[in-house]
Amino acid sequence: MRDVSLDIQPGELVALLGPSGSGKTTLLRVIAGLNSPDRGRVLFDGENATNLPVQDRHVGMVFQNYALFKHMTVADNIVYGLRVRPRRTRPSRAAIKARVTELLQFVQLDGLGGRYPSQLSGGQRQRVALARALAIEPRVLLLDEPFGALDARVRKDLRRWLRDIHKQTGLTTVFVTHDQDEAMELADRVVVLNEGRIEQIGTPEELYDRPASPFVISFVGEAVALPVTIADGHVTFGGRELHIDTHGLRSGPARVFFRPADIAVTAEGSGDLEGRVESLRRTPAGVRATIAIDGYDQTLEIDSPLDRSASLGGRVPLSLAKARIFPADENGDYVDAGDGI
Amino acid sequence: MTSPSLVGKNARRFTAPSVIPGFGLTFGYTLIYLGLIVLFPLATLIWQSSGLGFSGLYEIASEPRVAASLRTTFFISFAAAVVDLFFGLIVAWVLTRYDFPGRRLLDAFVDLPFALPTAVAGISLAALYSPNGWFGAPLADYDIKIAFTRWGILVALIFIGLPFVVRTVQPIISELEAELEEASATLGAGRLQTVIRVMLPPLAPALLTGFALAFARSIGEYGSVIFIAGNIAYVSEIAPLLIVVKLEQYDVPGATGIATIMLAISFAALLLINLVQAWSRRRFGHV
Repeated sequence: MRDVSLDIQPGELVALLGPSGSGKTTLLRVIAGLNSPDRGRVLFDGENATNLPVQDRHVGMVFQNYALFKHMTVADNIVYGLRVRPRRTRPSRAAIKARVTELLQFVQLDGLGGRYPSQLSGGQRQRVALARALAIEPRVLLLDEPFGALDARVRKDLRRWLRDIHKQTGLTTVFVTHDQDEAMELADRVVVLNEGRIEQIGTPEELYDRPASPFVISFVGEAVALPVTIADGHVTFGGRELHIDTHGLRSGPARVFFRPADIAVTAEGSGDLEGRVESLRRTPAGVRATIAIDGYDQTLEIDSPLDRSASLGGRVPLSLAKARIFPADENGDYVDAGDGI
Repeated sequence: MTSPSLVGKNARRFTAPSVIPGFGLTFGYTLIYLGLIVLFPLATLIWQSSGLGFSGLYEIASEPRVAASLRTTFFISFAAAVVDLFFGLIVAWVLTRYDFPGRRLLDAFVDLPFALPTAVAGISLAALYSPNGWFGAPLADYDIKIAFTRWGILVALIFIGLPFVVRTVQPIISELEAELEEASATLGAGRLQTVIRVMLPPLAPALLTGFALAFARSIGEYGSVIFIAGNIAYVSEIAPLLIVVKLEQYDVPGATGIATIMLAISFAALLLINLVQAWSRRRFGHV
C-alpha cells in the first residue's frame, strides 16, 4: 500500500472498493490491527492506535468466511468476547445471558442460540458473525466482503438489513467489497482503491459525476474510452474534432471517457462523432440502436426517441452530452485528471 | 407409505445405493482378513491361556516380578504418550503453521521412528544416554542416570510414539483457519485464551487418537526398550520382555498368561480412550 490517507468520520458507513489485489482487505486489516503498516499511523478518535495490539483495539471484525467457532453454539460464539474478558471487567452471568437474548433478537435469530454454526445457512452465519462482533460494543465495525459468499437474493436482503443495523447502532462502519453496486448502494462514502493506492474518496454521487481518474470512471459503472489527440486546444478523434474543453491540457495524446448514457443521436451535421447502425430494436419509449462508432472497436447501445430517423446500416451523427478527458503519458497510461465539458 | 418400496417391510438394508457397489464383497474380505490376521491369533492366545482359568491368571498377575513389569509397562507407556501428546502437538503445529527453510526435510524426519528398526533406535539411544555417552556423560555430572533405568524406557517410548501424535494432528491443524485465531484476538481474547478456547477444542479428537496410538504402540514396544532399559527385575523390566524370558524357560502357560493380561488391560484402556473420544466428538462434533 502506498500513500494511503483516509479520514473516517464517526458514525460513517464507508466502503473500500477495488478489484482483487488492490489492497482493500489489507487496509481493513491494518485498521483492525491484524497487519501492521511498515510506515504510517492508525488513529482512533485522534489517539494513536498504531502500536495497540488487536486485543485492545475494540474493533468488531466480521471475516469473509465468518470465522465462527464451530465447536461452540451460536450463543457461545456471540458472547465469546465477553467471556474472555478479565474477571474485573467481565459482565455477570446473568448480564451475559441477557446480552445473548438481546443480540439474537437484534440479528433476527431468536431461538437459534443452541444451534451450532454447521446447522445454519450462510446468511444466518453471517448474522451470527455480526452479532459476535457487536457483542463487544466495538469502536468501529469492520466487514470483509460481507456478502461475498452469499447467493444473490440473500445478499440483497442482507444489504438492506446492514443499512438498517448501521442506522440503529450508529457505529462507524467500514466494509470491503469488489462489487461497485454494493458500495454505491450502501455507503455514505466510497474509497476506490487500485494497486495499493487510493484513486478517489467520495460520495456515490461524486464518484459517478466527477470521477477523478480513468480508473475510477471505468471501474465505477460502464464507460467508453476513446483515444484522442490534443493539438492547439482542439481535441480530435479519428480526424474529427470533438467539442470538448481541453481544460488546459498540453498538446499530445489523451483519452476521452464518457458513459453510454451520455451519448445521443443528434441532428444531421452537428455531431461530434459518427457511427453506423448495426441493429435496431423497438423499446416502449423509442428505439435502441446498436451503433459502431467510427474508429472505435466496440459497439454501443444507444436509446433514442422515435422521431430521430435512423435506418439499419445507415450512418448517424452522435453528440456527447458529458465527457471527461485525461492525458496519456508516453506509455499510453493516463496520469493527471481534468474536467470534461 | 406414499412411495413404493422395492425392499420388503422388514428387510434391512445396510447400504444406500451407491455408484461404487460391492458392499458384500468388500465386507466379506474385511471379515476374513480381520479374522485371519487379527482375531484368530488373539483367539489362540486366549485359548492357550484358558487352561489357566481366572485363578491361574490372577496368580500370574500377582507374582511380584510380573506385577512390577506390568506396572512398569503401562505406567511408563502412559507417561510417554502424555509427553508425546505435548511435543507432538508442538511439532505438528510448527510443521503446518510456519514455513521455514528445511521444513519438508524436518517433516520427513518425523517418520523416522516408524521406519527405523526399533533395535537400532534402542542401541543408539542407549549409546547416547549411557554414562559415557554424549548426553549421558554431562547428565552423569548432575547425578542423573537415564540409560539402564526406567527413565531410559521413557526416552525410548517417547521416541517411538511421537510420529503417531504428529501425523494424526497435522491434517486437522492445517484445516484450522488462521482467521479463527484472528477473530478470537479481535474479540479481545489473549493468546493463551485463544489457544485453549479456540484452537485446542477442535484438535481434541485427533489428539486423543494420536495419544491412543502412541500409548498402544508403547505397550507393545520391545526392541528399542530392552537395549536401554537395563532390564533389572522389579525395576526396569517390561512385560513383553518377561514374556520372552518365560518362553525361553519353556514356561508357555506363564508367557501366555502375561500376554492375556496385557491384552485385557490394553483392550480396556483403548476402549476407555475410545469412549472419551466418542464423548469429545459429540461435544466438539460440529467441527
